[in-house]
Amino acid sequence: MRDPEKLIFEMGSPGRIGYSLPPCDVPELPEPLLTSEEHRRKSALNLPEASEVDVVRHFTRLSQLNYGVDCGFYPLGSCTMKYNPKVNETVARLPGFSRLHPYQPEETVQGALRLMYELGSMLSEITGMAAFSLQPAAGAHGEMTGLMIIKAYHAHRHDNKRRQILVPDSAHGTNPASAAMLGYEVVEVKSNERGTVDLDTLKSLLGDETAGLMLTNPNTLGLFEDEIVPIAEAVHGAGGLVYYDGANLNAVLGVSRPGDMGFDVVHLNLHKTFSSPHGGGGPGAGPVGVCKRLMPFLPKPVVALEDGRYRLDYDRPLSVGKVRSYFGNFGVLVKAYAYILSMGSSGLREVAENAVLNANYLLKRLKKHYHVPFDHPCMHECVVSCSDLKEECGISALDVAKRLIDYGFYPPTIYFPLVVKEALMIEPTETEGKETLDAFAEAMIAIVKEAKATPELFEDAPHDTVVSRLDEVAAARNPILRFKP
Amino acid sequence: MLEALGLSSVEDLFSCIPETVRFKGKLNLPEALSEMELVSHMQALADSDLNLDACACFLGAGAYDHYVPAAIDQILLRQEFYTSYTPYQPEISQGTLQALFEYQTMICDIAGMDVSNASMYDGASALAEASIMACSITGRSRVLVARSIHPESRQAVRTYVTFRDMEVEEFGYVDGQANLEELEEKISPDTAAVLVQNPNFFGVVEPLEAIAEIAHRYGALFVASVDPISLALLKSPGESGADIAVGSGQPLGNPISFGGPHFGFLAVKERFVRRMPGRIVGQTHDKSGKRGFVLTLQAREQHIRREKATSNICTNHTLNAIAAAIYLSLMGRDGLVKVAELCQKKARYAYEALTGLGKFKPAFSAPFFREFVLLSAEPVGDLNRRLLDEKVIGGYPLGKDYPEMPDGWLLAVTEKRSREEIDRLVRVAGGASS
Repeated sequence: MRDPEKLIFEMGSPGRIGYSLPPCDVPELPEPLLTSEEHRRKSALNLPEASEVDVVRHFTRLSQLNYGVDCGFYPLGSCTMKYNPKVNETVARLPGFSRLHPYQPEETVQGALRLMYELGSMLSEITGMAAFSLQPAAGAHGEMTGLMIIKAYHAHRHDNKRRQILVPDSAHGTNPASAAMLGYEVVEVKSNERGTVDLDTLKSLLGDETAGLMLTNPNTLGLFEDEIVPIAEAVHGAGGLVYYDGANLNAVLGVSRPGDMGFDVVHLNLHKTFSSPHGGGGPGAGPVGVCKRLMPFLPKPVVALEDGRYRLDYDRPLSVGKVRSYFGNFGVLVKAYAYILSMGSSGLREVAENAVLNANYLLKRLKKHYHVPFDHPCMHECVVSCSDLKEECGISALDVAKRLIDYGFYPPTIYFPLVVKEALMIEPTETEGKETLDAFAEAMIAIVKEAKATPELFEDAPHDTVVSRLDEVAAARNPILRFKP
Repeated sequence: MLEALGLSSVEDLFSCIPETVRFKGKLNLPEALSEMELVSHMQALADSDLNLDACACFLGAGAYDHYVPAAIDQILLRQEFYTSYTPYQPEISQGTLQALFEYQTMICDIAGMDVSNASMYDGASALAEASIMACSITGRSRVLVARSIHPESRQAVRTYVTFRDMEVEEFGYVDGQANLEELEEKISPDTAAVLVQNPNFFGVVEPLEAIAEIAHRYGALFVASVDPISLALLKSPGESGADIAVGSGQPLGNPISFGGPHFGFLAVKERFVRRMPGRIVGQTHDKSGKRGFVLTLQAREQHIRREKATSNICTNHTLNAIAAAIYLSLMGRDGLVKVAELCQKKARYAYEALTGLGKFKPAFSAPFFREFVLLSAEPVGDLNRRLLDEKVIGGYPLGKDYPEMPDGWLLAVTEKRSREEIDRLVRVAGGASS
């Protein structure tokens, strides 16, 4: 077992430096600011004093305490931890993309604008929407932006009673949180015994206060909402709009399009479906697509093409405005664009096919050993429950997750969706081969046997990591949120 | 595998999707490219842009061409950092967690605040989230925003706040600094927060303490959006009485990247810790007493509290924050001051040289840091076009955001601008328009 790494503040020594700067090459003029008592900082900086090699070794050792997609199987449900192609990292670092100022004259950034324009068009084609804004920085940011568009649409029609957003009980936590960010009242829609939205329940909740319904399809149980057409009709019939949470788009790429299902607004997670890396928790990108009648409400600016020249169009009087500075997480957009170009139409469809095949194969292998709350074929992810294990041997979903680490896997998402007790949400993605899936299934099966035979094994799991199970209660009760010497 | 599932074709996998919403055709996308073809295509696109390595950039306006030490990108390319996700399983995510804990410590140090979160999307959205947070803490619904704040940040604040059915009001500037008299007139007992940027959009240093005093007198929170490099020299938000400090972290080791991904930081006084948006990393220990790090205070967050969460933010900008932690580790307490001093000295040199031409008048007399506004006798568009011909990217035309300054020209000078480049700027700017 490795030793924990010291903090950077506990390393180095006084006067040691890790930078290299040129001498000042301009004549030094009297500078009032540098001597002004009014403005000058009083307290000394307590930043590290370390050499470049100290810093490089420190962060390299830290990286070795992490588990990434390149380390092995990462079936974190709802997060689509697919392989991130290396070439995308290379092309995103081309100076013609990474070394551009957002306010450079438009004629000097035609390549970047063309990339954004074409990416928007390709995302529209893939989802069946009319137009996209690439501005939102992440999925939840896209949700908030999409809901702003819904709110602006109703306001524009002076339809001011619509205060409610409907959200299924299986939805991602960001859905209700995003609705609340805009002051909407969140109305929960209970799932039926099949794990999908119950049409009659939904209809009973719709009315002239309904602003919209947020839906993930396939949903977080990995199940396709097969009543989507009547669901969308019912919401539209009540005067509401239908919002597509694109977290699970990977399941239906080239197979079914949100626009054709009746959705009015979608957000996509480029860091899930379109292979840009997750960065340990961002940066991602959460573009928002809309149907034709909502186009005027998109954030500004949008990239327009006129007479063969690309330009940024700010003249959009009905736009919801800006949700951040500049145009979006451009560096992430470059990677998603490169990914789509590498895959092409049939490649994207194969993504969905293999993602769904892999998930069903795992489900099939696991269902003799784990309780499956909704036992029908799944889409790109499956949800199994540890409720039987918990009852019989006192082994919880958390215990199983920690033991999986000992087997060399990143654990699935646990305790989500909330509608399943002791849930393990497993999303293998399309980039895994059969031998990886088999190895994971065998580990999961071995864990069931261990739970029965040697439950004490779980108490201290994981066993081979730099730290064993950490005391999260103590962390929250007595928060230590920065280093104090 | 199909066999194992008892299926005869891949199509059967999608039998749960109703026929009417099955996509029958082929997506109208370009044919798939091999890696080689992809690289050529991307290279050609990139080559049609003028990148900052091929010119001298005097544009700032919220995105700055600071030097990024080579070590940073090499570390970010460690797959364990960039291919992992939010550290939900702390035992195999200690690298990200500890790096973020160090990041939080450094942000607290430079900003003079007690607690930092683990990053926001960018400076503008961080300021917007701070406004929402202030409204929720004070139970008030009006936010007062200085017009000397970055126009895009003001727009983001306006979007967030007005969609929440709350109000935004702006107050102006005098001699480039926030107009304190106007602030006094507009502030009232229903003001949740006063928002100011330092140095402001014009590069001018604001009287933070005086603003804090006014805000606090009315029970409003004082939110300061600050530039992290400037903090090496300038009084920190904490020293100036700020309740919430935010800002764009891009200057700290992040590529300019056509405006994103950058990141925002958000730090607060201790008493507001449980009202913060976003991820927070805390220190704890395992059973054997070894120090370790976890995501903590998660009862604020969307995956636990859903519609009662302090924010909807989930994925943030971790990798950019780690870049900042590496940058601040490399620069250290000495290097950050040196960078700030170089910016300051070079900006002063450029300012004196340009104003010496007689063609440009200083817009303001208030002290500035790395950026300054000149009023140009030549139309700014023409001036920038002439500069571009000489591979110089000129200043930001202020007229579109500040109609009262149609001839306003905002120039930024970082430590990367050499004397030769500044002299070229001055020579070309001083030349007659053709």
